[in-house]
Amino acid sequence: MTSTSSASGGFERTARIRAGLARRQTGEKLFRALGIVAIVLALGFVALLFTDVLRKGIPAFTQSNLHLAITFDPATLKVDPAPERQNGQSDADFRAATLAWQRQVAMLNWNTVIEAGLREAAPAGFDIDSRQILAIAETDARHRVRELFVNDPSLLGQTVSVDLLASANTDNWVKGNINRDLGDAQQQLPAPTRALIDIFEENGTITQGFAWSLFSNVDSRSAPASAGLLGALMGSFWMMLIVILLAVPIGVGSAIYLEEFAPKSRFTDLIEVNINNLAAVPSIVFGLLGAAVFINWFHLPLSAPLAGGLVLTLMTLPTIIIATRAALKGVSPALRQAALGMGASKTQMVFHHVLPVTFPSILTATIIGVAQALGETAPLLLIGMNAFVAAVPATPVEQATALPVQIYLWQANENRNFFEPRTSAAILVLLGFMISLNAVAIFLRSRLEKRA
Amino acid sequence: MDVLAGKVKMTPQTMNTAMNPIDALERPIRLTARDVTVHYGAKQALHGISIDIPDRAVTAFIGPSGCGKSTFLRCFNRMNDTIEGARVGGRIELDGEDIYDPSLDVVELRARIGMVFQKPNPFPKSIYENVAYGPKIHGLARSKTDLDEIVVSSLRKAGLFEEVKDRLHEPGTGLSGGQQQRLCIARAIAVGPEVILMDEPCSALDPIATAIIEELIDELRENYTIVIVTHSMQQAARVSQKTAFFHLGNLVEEGVTEDIFTNPVNKQTQDYIMGRIG
Repeated sequence: MTSTSSASGGFERTARIRAGLARRQTGEKLFRALGIVAIVLALGFVALLFTDVLRKGIPAFTQSNLHLAITFDPATLKVDPAPERQNGQSDADFRAATLAWQRQVAMLNWNTVIEAGLREAAPAGFDIDSRQILAIAETDARHRVRELFVNDPSLLGQTVSVDLLASANTDNWVKGNINRDLGDAQQQLPAPTRALIDIFEENGTITQGFAWSLFSNVDSRSAPASAGLLGALMGSFWMMLIVILLAVPIGVGSAIYLEEFAPKSRFTDLIEVNINNLAAVPSIVFGLLGAAVFINWFHLPLSAPLAGGLVLTLMTLPTIIIATRAALKGVSPALRQAALGMGASKTQMVFHHVLPVTFPSILTATIIGVAQALGETAPLLLIGMNAFVAAVPATPVEQATALPVQIYLWQANENRNFFEPRTSAAILVLLGFMISLNAVAIFLRSRLEKRA
Repeated sequence: MDVLAGKVKMTPQTMNTAMNPIDALERPIRLTARDVTVHYGAKQALHGISIDIPDRAVTAFIGPSGCGKSTFLRCFNRMNDTIEGARVGGRIELDGEDIYDPSLDVVELRARIGMVFQKPNPFPKSIYENVAYGPKIHGLARSKTDLDEIVVSSLRKAGLFEEVKDRLHEPGTGLSGGQQQRLCIARAIAVGPEVILMDEPCSALDPIATAIIEELIDELRENYTIVIVTHSMQQAARVSQKTAFFHLGNLVEEGVTEDIFTNPVNKQTQDYIMGRIG
C-alpha cells in the first residue's frame, strides 16, 4: 500500500514538473525572441544611419576640377619685370622693390586671365557674358593663378595648363545635386553657364577628381568649393593632445588613490557620489564652466584649443576615474593578498601587480573616453570654438575649431546643395577617427590580455 | 594563565632561539600569543587565544568552519590589518618581540613570516619572476647570478625545480593546481622566512597533489617553523607535531598532536575528532 501511494505520488510530481516545464520553455523562447528583435532593431537603425551618411558623403570625396590652358598674356598683364638684386643694393631697398612689384601684381585683374582660359576651352563663338562664364570657376581661382605667377615671373607670355577647382554651384550642377528641371529663376547658375558646363564636361575641361581640398584646406566662405577640414583636424588634434596629457594621468592617479589608498570615510563616499554625478552632467554645462573659469578668470584665449582641451579634460575625467576604479575593484583579492603576504608595501602591490593586470581595461577606458571627447560639440560652442577660423592653428593658443564643430558649422551653411554632402563627408572623417580609436583600443586590449 | 605569561617574559629582541623558553615538545618557542582577540566590526571572531608555537615543528590549527582558526593564523603576519573594520587585541611575540608594536614595519614582519594561501595564487608573471619577486623587493640579491641561485634553490626546496626547469620563463598560472601551490611555497621560501603560515594549503588540490605537499611540509619543518590551518584531521595527524582545536572563536584544547588525537581531554575535541561536530 505504502509503495503504491509513493509511486503514484512520484507520477503526480513528474506530471506537475512537466506542466511547469512547458511554461518555462515558453518564457525562455519569448525572452530570446525579444532579444533578437531588440538587436535587429538596433542594428537596423545603425545600418540606416550609415547608409544615409555614406550615400550622401561618399560623392563629396570627389569634386569637379577645371583644366584650363592659362595664358599669361603681356597684353592684359601690364606688369614690370620682377626686380632682381643689383650690385650694391641694400637689403631694405631690395625688399621695398619686391613689395612694390608684388603690390602691382596683386592689383592686376586676374579674372581676365581666367576668363580668357575659359573662353579658350569653350566652342568658338559661344554667347556668354563675363560674369556668367566666371561663375564656372571657384572664386579662389584668381589667387591660385596669381600665386603661380608670383612664384615664377618668367611665365609672362607663356601658356600653361592649370588645374583649378570648379565652383560649388558648378559641382552641384555636374553631380545633379540641384534639380536640373527647375526653372531659370530657381537655378543658382544662369542658362548659358549651365550649357557651357555641360559642354566642358563632354570635352574634358571639367573632370571629377579626389577632393584633396577636403584635407589640405581650411574652411572657406568666399570659395566654398575649396573649404576643407585641415584647420578643424589640427584643432581637434591639439585638444586630444591636451586631454591625453591631462585627463589620463590625473584620472588614473585619482582613481588609484581613491580605490587603493584613501581611507573609507563619509568624505570619500561624498567624493565618489560626486564623481559619479559629474559623469552625468550635461556637456553644455561643462562649456559654461569653461567659459566662466578658463576664459573669464584665467583669461585663456577665446576659441583656442587650450581652453577647449581643458573643458574636454574636465568632461573626460569622471569617465576615466569611474572606469579605472571599476577595473581596480575587479582585481581578485587573492592577487592583493599574495603581494601583501610577500611583504610588498601597498604602493608596490598596486604598481607591481594590480596595475599591470588592469592596464588593458584602463587603456580601453581611456581611449573610449578620449574618443568621446573627440566627438563632443556642445561645450566647445560656449567657449567660442564655433567661430569661423580660416587658418591652421600652429599652437594650442591660436584660434581654431574642431571636427564636430566644423560639421555643425557646415550643416548650417546656406549653400545646402553643396554643403549637405560635404557635411556627410566630414561626418565620415570623424567617424573614421572614432572607429580607428576604438579599433586601437580593441587591438591593444586583446594583445595585452593575451600576454597576461 | 598568569604562570604561562610569566614563563614567556624575557628581554625583547632575543633572536637566539636557544634562549627561548621550551614547550611541551621540548622545543624552543618561536611565537607566543597571549589573549588575542579579533573583532570584525561589532562581531567578535576570537575570544582571547593564548598559545605557543614551537620552533622548527609543524603546528596545526583544526576546527569546524568559522571557528576562527584562519583569522587567528592571519594575526601572525598581520594580514588582518588589510581587512577593513578588523581589530586585533592582545599580544603576539616573535622571539619575544611584539609584532603589533607601532614602530615595527609590517613589511619586515612579512619577510620574516611568510604565508601560503588556501587557493594557489601565483602572480600572473613567469615562474622565475614569481620566486624572484620577494628577494627583489626586499633587496636580498646582490646580483643577477645571486638571484638566479635563490630562485633555483627555492624551487628545489619546494620540490618543483625538476618539473619546471625548462620553462622558468613561462607563466606560473599555466601550472597545475598542486604545482602552483608549490610555486607559492617556493615564493615564500625565497625570502628566507623563519616562519611559514599555511592557510588550508591543500583544500583546492586533489589527493595526489595533497600528498606531495604534505611530504614537502614534513621536509620543510627541518628549517622552518610552520603553522598550518587545515580542515582535514587526517592531515593534521599526518603532518603536525602540535595541534590546537578551535571552536566558535575559542581555543578549546592544544597539545602534542598524538595526545590530542588519541587522548583528548575536552569533550568538544573528542566529539570533533570522532566526527560528531564539523
